[in-house]
Amino acid sequence: MDLSSYLILAAIVFTIGVAGIILNHKNIIIILMSVELILLAVNLNLVAFSTFKGDLTGQAFALFILTVAAAEAAIGLAILVAYYRNRGSIAVEDINSLKG
Amino acid sequence: MHETALSLPVVLPEAVLALGTLLLVLYGALRGERAYNLVTEVSVALLGIVFLIVVWKSRPMGITFYGAFADDPFTRFMSGLALIGSLVTLLLSLAFMRAERIGGFEYPVLILLSTLGMLMLISANDFIALYLGLELMSLALYVIAAYRRTDLRATEAGLKYFVLGALSSGMLLYGASLIYGYAGSVNFGDIAAAVHDHRSMGVLFGLVFVLAGLAFKISAVPFHMWTPDVYEGAPTPVTTFFASAPKIAAMAVLVRVAFSAFPGISADWRQILVFVSIASMALGAFAAIGQSNIKRLMAYSSIGHMGFALVGLTAGTVEGAQSVIVYMSIYVVMTLGTFAGILMMRRDGKAVETIADLAGLARTDPTMAFYLATMMFSLAGVPPLAGFFAKFYVFAAAIKAGLYGLSVIGVLASAVGAYYYIRIVKIMYIDDPAQAFDRRSAVASSVLALAAVLVLVFVFAPTLLTNAAMAAAQTLF
Repeated sequence: MDLSSYLILAAIVFTIGVAGIILNHKNIIIILMSVELILLAVNLNLVAFSTFKGDLTGQAFALFILTVAAAEAAIGLAILVAYYRNRGSIAVEDINSLKG
Repeated sequence: MHETALSLPVVLPEAVLALGTLLLVLYGALRGERAYNLVTEVSVALLGIVFLIVVWKSRPMGITFYGAFADDPFTRFMSGLALIGSLVTLLLSLAFMRAERIGGFEYPVLILLSTLGMLMLISANDFIALYLGLELMSLALYVIAAYRRTDLRATEAGLKYFVLGALSSGMLLYGASLIYGYAGSVNFGDIAAAVHDHRSMGVLFGLVFVLAGLAFKISAVPFHMWTPDVYEGAPTPVTTFFASAPKIAAMAVLVRVAFSAFPGISADWRQILVFVSIASMALGAFAAIGQSNIKRLMAYSSIGHMGFALVGLTAGTVEGAQSVIVYMSIYVVMTLGTFAGILMMRRDGKAVETIADLAGLARTDPTMAFYLATMMFSLAGVPPLAGFFAKFYVFAAAIKAGLYGLSVIGVLASAVGAYYYIRIVKIMYIDDPAQAFDRRSAVASSVLALAAVLVLVFVFAPTLLTNAAMAAAQTLF
């Protein structure tokens, strides 16, 4: 396997993640899953580069990202729960009380 | 610059702030709601102490933590500015939080954590430190946007900010991973050495993603969508915070990444930033015209101001960097002053937010009307107020760098934008008076008065600021 296969896979996963956020009109949970996909694509990139270059920085970076991603998901879900209590729905099209 | 493996004096402000915040969390967790007053007071004192440490001249500078962390005049200037933003916001929040009964020791602690993230972000010298600082800042901001958790609008603002913020961090990271792969390092200095003469497609792609991620944080077009909703939905002191300190930190890191990691391909990033800058100035000028909510108007105003600040960055010269620093300093004063005014818009114990509520303020409260009008004229860029000089320096730098088209568009956008600022002055001075506001809070009136005085007297001693900004800018070259 060469490096470009990994990079193409990561690019595809990243694109699916971004598309999931932008095109999704159903459910906010799907947005949270898409964010995780984006971060996984980044980690894949970093680990692939790190292995092929023989340099450990990329793997250290990936570990930091895993840690922060966990905190980010926790905060996202907490805000989502607070929102659900007020709105009674987590459908994307119902997020419309602020506009102008 | 002097480079060390681990040096505590260089990271002293961050260390003190981190330790102090952790102690406050512990105290708050043990004492519960009763801790609110003490935690708030200590937080204000802590920010003050950290500010003094940051500006303390004899503390050693240098690059430390194996190149991850840079303390130089630029770091100190921008950290000082961000700390002023946080400190004033915290002071302004006190009366509001008490009146709306949404206290709780978590609020000052979250402001402190976010400020710690900003300091780390401003002094970051590689992409790992940049990412950790950015996330520490943003995660705390997501929570305080939704701080009034029983309010639909506040939680919606928090949710929107979270989703778009997470997307932007993801893009920034993807860019950083590509840059790591193709330039061979995450350190800004090493990247600059690697992409000096040869640039690969991978580095360019990475640069675009990194710029997109950072543009999100300074709310520049086309990544501004969250700004009006979050500004409107979040409680006003939180909006004040969003408009001041995080903008400084994000702009500082954008300047640092541009000048210290990618000086070799400045033609490429300048091209991108010219587009972002024009789009932000135009949107800030036109979209604000139809707004009736003053917080929403200030959101579009801040988008426009970020566009103007970016004009200085696109010049790509040391004068350009200096003008960005000057612009951000004046912007933070004007923003804090204006939001102090917005916080005083209370009627019968309730906060009011529409522009029509300001009608006839000149007759019910001439002092406040005068100060607010000064702020509006300064935001519009009317000479001889500070806001005019901020714009003057960025356009002077752009013209010197040969960006005539950008400067002309900028001046036109500024003229269009002046319309809606001056409309507010007209509403305050000419329209029939509405019911008077409640008694002004002492803190907010003094912040507004101080900001107005600073904006008015800037013309007499501009060199105080410009020389300090020049010293800060020169460290990037």
